[in-house]
Amino acid sequence: MEVELKEMLDDLQSLRQSLSDPTLHASIDKLQSCVDHLTHLAKSVPVRRSKVKDMSAEVVDSNPYSRLMALQRMGIVENYERIREFSVAIVGIGGVGSVAAEMLTRCGIGRLLLYDYDKVELANMNRLFFRPEQVGMTKTDAAVQTLSDINPDVVLESYTLNITTVQGFETFMSSLRNKTFCPSKEGSGVDLVLSCVDNYEARMVVNQACNELNQTWMESGVSEDAVSGHIQLLIPGETACFACAPPLVVASGVDERTLKREGVCAASLPTTMGVVAGLLVQNTLKFLLKFGHVSPYLGYSSLKDYFPTMAMKPNPQCSNAACLERQKEYILAKPARDAEAKAKMEAEASTAAADLPLHADNEWNISVVDDSGLESTGGTSSDALPEGLIHELPSADEFQKPPASEALDTGIVDLEDLRRQLEALNAD
Amino acid sequence: MEGWDPNTKSTLTQIPLLTTKAGPRDGAAWTQRLKEEYRALIAYTQMNKSNDNDWFRISAANPEGTRWTGKCWYVHNLLKYEFDLQFDIPVTYPATAPEIELPELDGKTQKMYRGGKICLTVHFKPLWAKNCPRFGIAHALCLGLAPWLAAEIPILVDSGMIKHKDDAASSNES
Repeated sequence: MEVELKEMLDDLQSLRQSLSDPTLHASIDKLQSCVDHLTHLAKSVPVRRSKVKDMSAEVVDSNPYSRLMALQRMGIVENYERIREFSVAIVGIGGVGSVAAEMLTRCGIGRLLLYDYDKVELANMNRLFFRPEQVGMTKTDAAVQTLSDINPDVVLESYTLNITTVQGFETFMSSLRNKTFCPSKEGSGVDLVLSCVDNYEARMVVNQACNELNQTWMESGVSEDAVSGHIQLLIPGETACFACAPPLVVASGVDERTLKREGVCAASLPTTMGVVAGLLVQNTLKFLLKFGHVSPYLGYSSLKDYFPTMAMKPNPQCSNAACLERQKEYILAKPARDAEAKAKMEAEASTAAADLPLHADNEWNISVVDDSGLESTGGTSSDALPEGLIHELPSADEFQKPPASEALDTGIVDLEDLRRQLEALNAD
Repeated sequence: MEGWDPNTKSTLTQIPLLTTKAGPRDGAAWTQRLKEEYRALIAYTQMNKSNDNDWFRISAANPEGTRWTGKCWYVHNLLKYEFDLQFDIPVTYPATAPEIELPELDGKTQKMYRGGKICLTVHFKPLWAKNCPRFGIAHALCLGLAPWLAAEIPILVDSGMIKHKDDAASSNES
């Protein structure tokens, strides 16, 4: 195209010179400036940026990582480039998951695993990330298309499946176990799983997988009325798992009875979802790159601009068997954890001793008291909730196992007999 | 259980409760659970037939009993409306309930999630959570699907979103 435009400019130039009537020069000039503009546009057609081998801290317009590497220079993050070693799995590529994926992609994360079984619809356009021309594509395909354009350095894996089915769950588990990206990594093949799904069933499935794999994960959610949300860090055995207590949600702050639920299942806003995705990825970056405080639970009530926080200890009577195993392992590892903490404290003390004492005298006998004794009250048990948080579902009622005799007589009946009995009833 | 009609309540008390807490990944315990599911479904179907309130057919679509398919129907203004019915048993069952799907109604009502999953959040999910693991497939049909059909089908018919199969056939001929 550029060649044709150049020829056109030359033609216009010779035409201008051959014209004897100078009154026509103005319109020729106008045509020339139009062609100039088109030439300029033709030069700026989108070009895919090529892959970058190392993250550079050089401050030039063409470096996609200069502003991120500046975090290191400013002392916020010790080693930003480590982000390229990390793998993050995002389950649910909807209003929160897709935005979280874009944020991590722009941050230069090493590898993203994306899971969703849904397709992009026009009804999704009130949220961020997906574009109208992607309607009809699977969310995973559309996400890979956009994300690989934004940052080709990120390794993207997409899984179009439903993790709650038996088959989907097996694929989900084996994809998390796969260690080919970083064979030296301990544990599973990913550093963190982010749950960005919109229903309780799928959250329970992520919980099941992470408990079995001893995999740290973060849960996120936005309420059905679109005005509140939350993020939660779950470390199997150390913090409450998702099945330890009924899920915690932020009370909307409006009287539940005045809420109009008739005729709609869920509302959504790009704002609330964007805020929750931002909180989730911020917590992710702090967790992976080891800076600041990683929040165990952070709620967001948009109507009152209220952000409740809390921590939850695991439930020793949790209904999830894998959670109980992780709890046992965590308790067994306590001596090793204590020794490590002590060694760290001593190392810090020895460097501190080398410095001059901060205060030469201590007229008022002020001393620093160790607050580790307070730790036991730090984690709240599930029945004492901070203001503004409520349980989404009731706990299961206590129930007694019936005497063994009844269980025995059900065992005698053959499964095939029962199936035939039901089919016989179905037949007429 | 406040707010439920006395009929549903008395039916519910007659469906046998389940005792084995096991999901499709639990091997022999799942087989035991499956037997209990069949016993409850058989009792519920028999009860519906003897009360002249037969309203569904359901059977396992695979030998593992993790996928179920069938039909359900609802009578409105003396006309019978019948729909395909399907669901998977989730890996976290029975901690989470099966997500019941009516694929033919996908996109026709707002009280449905994509893929034709009926919305059970308010009227059914808290009950299921409270009664885990004693409720099974039969309870999910009785307390989840039946009230959903009773609330939604009259609206869908009256608004013209769904047509009776005889009407649909005659309008095609004309």
